[in-house]
Amino acid sequence: MALFLLRRLLLVGPVLLGVSLVVFAVLHISPGDPAEIMLGPQATHEDITRLRTELGLDEPLPVQYARWMGRVLQGDLGRSLWMKRPVLGEVLRRFQATVVLAASALLLSTLGGIALGVLSAARRNSLLDRLSALASLFGASMPSFWLGIVLMVIFALWLGWLPASGMFAPYGGGGVGDLLSHLVLPTVTLAAASLTIIARLTRSTMLDVLGQDFVRTARAKGVRESFVVVRHALRNALIPTVTVVGVQAGYLLGGAVLTETVFAWPGVGTLMVQGILARDFPLVQGCVLVIALGFVLVNLTVDVLYATLDPRIRRE
Amino acid sequence: MSDTAPAASGLAAPRAPVAIDGAARSRSVLRRYAGRNRLAVLGAGLLLAATLLAALAPWLPLADPDTVATARRLQPPLTPGHPLGTDEFGRDMLARLVWGARVSLLAGVATAAGSLLIGLVFGVLAGYRGGWAETILMRLTDVMMAFPYILLAIAIVAGLGPGLRNAMVAIAIVGFPLYARLVRGLVLSLREREFVEAARALGGRDRRILVRHLLPHLISPVVVAFSLDVGAKILATAGLSFLGLGTQPPTADWGSMLATARQFVVLRPHVALLPGLAIFVVVLALNLVGDALRDLLDPRTRQS
Repeated sequence: MALFLLRRLLLVGPVLLGVSLVVFAVLHISPGDPAEIMLGPQATHEDITRLRTELGLDEPLPVQYARWMGRVLQGDLGRSLWMKRPVLGEVLRRFQATVVLAASALLLSTLGGIALGVLSAARRNSLLDRLSALASLFGASMPSFWLGIVLMVIFALWLGWLPASGMFAPYGGGGVGDLLSHLVLPTVTLAAASLTIIARLTRSTMLDVLGQDFVRTARAKGVRESFVVVRHALRNALIPTVTVVGVQAGYLLGGAVLTETVFAWPGVGTLMVQGILARDFPLVQGCVLVIALGFVLVNLTVDVLYATLDPRIRRE
Repeated sequence: MSDTAPAASGLAAPRAPVAIDGAARSRSVLRRYAGRNRLAVLGAGLLLAATLLAALAPWLPLADPDTVATARRLQPPLTPGHPLGTDEFGRDMLARLVWGARVSLLAGVATAAGSLLIGLVFGVLAGYRGGWAETILMRLTDVMMAFPYILLAIAIVAGLGPGLRNAMVAIAIVGFPLYARLVRGLVLSLREREFVEAARALGGRDRRILVRHLLPHLISPVVVAFSLDVGAKILATAGLSFLGLGTQPPTADWGSMLATARQFVVLRPHVALLPGLAIFVVVLALNLVGDALRDLLDPRTRQS
């Protein structure tokens, strides 16, 4: 296990290097001069020159990359031109809100998906099974941001049960209950597509496992059906599910951008979009870097979890 | 689809030991299949309707999609003269939806085709030649997969600047590893097959082997991947437009219509519900057709 961990950690290095190159490139693939783009058409020549020197844009690209990388490693992501504040603090503060949203969506999609998948497999072709098949078809075709708007119209505007946007009530909010009530609609919106994917996968692996000999043996021994499904079959069916949950975790971090925009959730996604529209490159780089780092960490965790669950992986 | 399916599915069954009349057999398979899978037929019908509407938009008796009439803003559906109501500038919703279909459908097909082309070239090079093409491709894919899909597209748009063309470029780039990996895998296994060996033994050159012997085998899996990908690409472009990074006003596009409508959803939900419904229906139709094509062209999944 230690060897597996070490080897997996060594793989993170090149990926992080690639991630940093891509994030760096974001500033430099722009066809024009980044300083000119950031300052807009009214900028004077002096302003542009000053910003160019400030950002080090007058130096060769490898030098710029090395400088930038050196600063990033020291935790300096530069200053936001738009907010006139250091990027790191702002991005980390917003990232917490994103993590809250993505984590609750991951929890909902995993638990809900596994439960739905197990029930559909145990009662194959039942009404529930058919509904879940229909839901997965819808889940793959529905724009998540539209689902968010539909939910908002129904539950916030028409029924008035839940708040329509934000993370806390503007007046007198701030408690856990307040957070939870604001969290419901964004969580459901973000989790919906992943939930149906996890449910379909769990269903098909469960059906595979339920058809195997050891399950028949267990049944023949007179083991109760619920025990067979949960203790014998589900444990074995969970392994592929863990992989897809990992993929979904990354998707949720990225997909959160759209959900955050729908519900004005104060996460790093909305910050990034504002940064792009304000042409604030340091801010955008900071946001992309933090989300990508989070994604790499999630993937690492999933691989370790996978190896813990399935001893065969470790020996490869 | 019906004129490509017989030829392609004839190629998709290289395992068949006896050559039966491929086209005739495929036609009967198609007919039996259509009878069994009503949903796919429904999907194909919806898709055809949407494509026709989009293609014929300039000749349809529609209001001008960009004409502003502030006095008649946010009219509900079934208003005389505006069957689906008007938006926040009093522009006709039906006209904007139909014109928006042109942008959304074209963007979906074009970006998927872009990813396919880049992926096909990279995949064939990596699979057939190996060497540097393979190393670059695999490392590049590793790094690209270290980003959530939409995040990378957003990052590229951030660099290029918001706009529909840049959003499409970003989505096409982000999507190519999917095809590259698929094609590489197929070529790797085909390369070792006897018929390729035979072609080489007969003195066939690489280019001839690639074009005459390998490419035909790639058609049906790539067509299936493409048909399922167009829907995903429509969702992605709509997503970027929704964030304000794709289509810019006043051009009608389903994603950007949703984005601006969000502020008026309290007053008139239809302005936000209709464009989303349009995306949903079209992508659903694409997925139904794509699933059906996969079942039809890939005999291994036909049973399941």
